[in-house]
Amino acid sequence: MTPHSKGDNSNSDNVAPSTVASTPTGTRWLKYASPQHFYPLAGKLLPWFATLAVLLCVAGLYVGFFLAPTDAQQGEAYRIIFIHVAAAWMSMFIYLVMAAWAAIGLVLNTRLSSMMASALAPTGAMFTFVALWTGALWGKPTWGTWWVWDARLTSELILLFLYAGFMALQAAIDDPRRADRAGAILALVGVINIPIIYFSVQWWNTLHQGASVSLKSAPTMAMIMFVGMMLMAFAFWMYSIAAALSRVRSIILERERNTEWVAGLNAGTAP
Amino acid sequence: MNWAGWSEFFAMGGYGLYVWGSYAVTFAVLAIEVISLHRRERSARDKIAGYIKRKAQQAHETQT
Repeated sequence: MTPHSKGDNSNSDNVAPSTVASTPTGTRWLKYASPQHFYPLAGKLLPWFATLAVLLCVAGLYVGFFLAPTDAQQGEAYRIIFIHVAAAWMSMFIYLVMAAWAAIGLVLNTRLSSMMASALAPTGAMFTFVALWTGALWGKPTWGTWWVWDARLTSELILLFLYAGFMALQAAIDDPRRADRAGAILALVGVINIPIIYFSVQWWNTLHQGASVSLKSAPTMAMIMFVGMMLMAFAFWMYSIAAALSRVRSIILERERNTEWVAGLNAGTAP
Repeated sequence: MNWAGWSEFFAMGGYGLYVWGSYAVTFAVLAIEVISLHRRERSARDKIAGYIKRKAQQAHETQT
């Protein structure tokens, strides 16, 4: 396929004016920092991430329920691990990504970065709730209690309040750019909670078990169980990207509805 | 294969309530999020369509 067989748009992009200081690639990628250009790109990427999420989830559930053997100590109750650990990882990871986007938006004043932060918050809150819920249902048969006020559980609950606080604060401020800045400050202060959650099982005496997986040593579980857990973690990861892309598209439409390009989308038939 | 039959699968060695309670609620909240994402996009598009319509009407009224 020759470059000439591409559409008009990409052709004009390829012809980078020599007066522009940046490289053609740089110019092309930076344009996706604008909501107008990111909107259709997000629409194109979304189905791929959604499909990946479904496929990985089906594979993860198959491994988790049909290939992974019964645990010698916990019986079948341990099968909660496949969603519990994956959701807990995502709850922390999404918060870090959200805070990073919020920080970029705060420092560089880029609208799309702040929109990405807002788009991630509800999905992060959802995974935090899932981690707490499945943790309670796992705690009851193995520890004999739904809940204890220990470091790991309490700091994860604080994470849920941080997500809720971020969303409530943004919803309470009418001016979107002021809401972005206020939310960014809250998100950045809350980052301190993430290492507290992660290392809580080492720093304090807790009922919660230590890390099952670490970068330094081999997983302390059977390989097939580890595979099932990683498949679910990647499924949730891909799902989170798809959900954030979908939500950021709605946020773009809501915030830019008075612009020419949104009017030109011809609502209802646009990609 | 771990299970002799469906009833054994659903029983989860006596932990059925905990295991299925975890999975059911997880996939329920995922489904709720997907539905709310679709609704949000539709309402955003509807608002834009209404906005364009009002603008066109205003333009028409000022013309006549």
